[in-house]
Amino acid sequence: MDAPRLRVDPIRCDGHGLCAELLPELIRLDDWGYPIVETAAVPGHLAAHARRAVAACPLQALRLEASPAR
Amino acid sequence: MTGPSLLAGPDLRAGMESAAGHLSRLGPLPPGAASLIDVLERSGLRGRGGAAFPVARKWRAVAERRGARPVVLVNGAEGEPLSRKDRVLMETRPHLVLDGALLAAGALGAGEVLLYVGAEHAAAATALGRALAERPEAERRRVRTVAAPPRYVAGEESAAVRFVNDGVALPTVTPPRPSERGVGGRPTLVQNVETLAHVAMVARFGDAWFRGLGAPGTPGTALLTVTGAVARPGVLEVAQGSALGDAVAAAGGLSDRAGAVLLGGYFGGWVGAEEAWGLRLDAPGLRSAGHSLGCGVVAVLPGHRCGVVETARILTHLAGQSARQCGPCVFGLAAIAGAVQRIAAGTAEADDLERVRRWSGELRGRGACAHPDGAAGLLLSALRTFGDDFLHHHRHGGCAVATREAA
Amino acid sequence: MNDTLLWYTARGAGVVSMLLLSGVLALGMLARARVGGRGWPRFLTAALHRDLALMSLVFLALHIVTAVVDPFTHLGLVAAAVPFGSSYRTLWLGLGTVSLELMLAISATSLVRGLIGRRAWRAVHWLAYACWPLAIVHGLGTGTDAGSLWMDSLTVVCVAGVVAALVVRLLTPGDPLARDKRAAASGVATGAPR
Repeated sequence: MDAPRLRVDPIRCDGHGLCAELLPELIRLDDWGYPIVETAAVPGHLAAHARRAVAACPLQALRLEASPAR
Repeated sequence: MTGPSLLAGPDLRAGMESAAGHLSRLGPLPPGAASLIDVLERSGLRGRGGAAFPVARKWRAVAERRGARPVVLVNGAEGEPLSRKDRVLMETRPHLVLDGALLAAGALGAGEVLLYVGAEHAAAATALGRALAERPEAERRRVRTVAAPPRYVAGEESAAVRFVNDGVALPTVTPPRPSERGVGGRPTLVQNVETLAHVAMVARFGDAWFRGLGAPGTPGTALLTVTGAVARPGVLEVAQGSALGDAVAAAGGLSDRAGAVLLGGYFGGWVGAEEAWGLRLDAPGLRSAGHSLGCGVVAVLPGHRCGVVETARILTHLAGQSARQCGPCVFGLAAIAGAVQRIAAGTAEADDLERVRRWSGELRGRGACAHPDGAAGLLLSALRTFGDDFLHHHRHGGCAVATREAA
Repeated sequence: MNDTLLWYTARGAGVVSMLLLSGVLALGMLARARVGGRGWPRFLTAALHRDLALMSLVFLALHIVTAVVDPFTHLGLVAAAVPFGSSYRTLWLGLGTVSLELMLAISATSLVRGLIGRRAWRAVHWLAYACWPLAIVHGLGTGTDAGSLWMDSLTVVCVAGVVAALVVRLLTPGDPLARDKRAAASGVATGAPR
């Protein structure tokens, strides 16, 4: 089973940056405060943190998607 | 080259080919059965809007959706400023475009065909309107014209769909793709006008014929807009797989010493002139070499013009054409354009060259559409092609080309 | 003895609710103003806002239950549930009931934010700007301790805190692309034509 993947909705996102604070292992901010998802696939030990980051986004712009079945 | 396909027939300067001329030259429109998709698959036809996506696969994605009746959206918005091929095709061979669109509608069971033409392309819209009036009532009933707003991003697939749905020609986040949910929530085929014209020919003359027009692995013909330092700039039809140098020769050859070629237009990339002439018009092949034919623009930059200055101008334009929905695009493109402008003007800051490289790398895939990716690709190709000139501008504040020309 | 305990608990819980609610509002506005720095991450403002809101619901429940259960007050469930349904200090108590119901609506929609979509959630959340003043006025109007120095001082502190946060919020520029997104939504094309 593939790891769930992080996706940013770039239209909703307003660069608040809470996601990068809560999941710095996978997300960092560019020079203007918008998220760069360095690694979309979330490893098991970070799953809870990823869910927390998704819940924390004030605009619900971060999503965790199940990867398509191979 | 075995002769043109789309642009065969009366001279283009004669304007629109009438229904009578079209029918007597090419014969009647064959019925658009679902089996057409198989024929298209065997033909190997790829989309001519820029992405070069296999047409049969795109049609199947729409056909496979159960439920609502699909819609066919004919994309004649021609967003690329340097491209003229779609306009010329619509102005002179509108019946080919309509044939292709109706064939698609037939094959997919679509109830509606939308002609999405740029509002500012009056001649194209007029020609399509007149051609439509010459068609039988049964066909006319299913076709509607939609005037696309004059913006670069208005030609993007999801922007076109969104414009039809709620009047805003700006891209949306995909998924869901138009093939899943598009106009009115129905599966929508968005296809470039040239692609549909090829469909009209393949439906009449078969996939083997189409493959024979091109080269192995890269079938058929393609429309190119050849512009810049050539004797006879304009729209030509060339065989796929032929060399870029042949296309330039067909446009009367170079009118000046060539410095570089902008392949694919603003959404494409720079190639050094010497390397360019040998490139074969073959979408997969070009992609693996890091190039892209895009929407078929071949713009030759004369040797006396500076690639850095040109790139700065193009990037400024692209930054201004952002849909302004996504932070990375709005701020990233503005910053990149600003830095390249400074480099071109000789007022670069110390970090500028390194920063544009980093910013461009960071842009990929972070917008709702591919606009930032295109700009990043253009810049990175400029750094590859004009690397020395960039360094010269950055370090010495002056133009190497200007210095060379003066000498 | 028990009655006195209930009575004091009702009043005390009411004061704590007011303090917490004021904190919730201030934090909500500061979160919107993107306040934060090295020692104070942005998610902390948001998390505290949420946690204090939940805590204020607990103290509010305590305040209401003890006030209703207390035989001395003659307040029935009706007073707690129906705005202006009590015959005792109808207006001031009623305002408190309205404030409660707004709080419940805001909390409920926040808990199911993912299901109802951002527009609906936002529309209800704006009611916080009505909910809080109603609570303050309820306290001033019907609070047993209103008029005493400590109570009035606490009220002033709460109001000052919220007003200060409001000033910060109003002075903060809006989200960077807010204007463009509004223009896009209304169909106005921004940017130059081809």
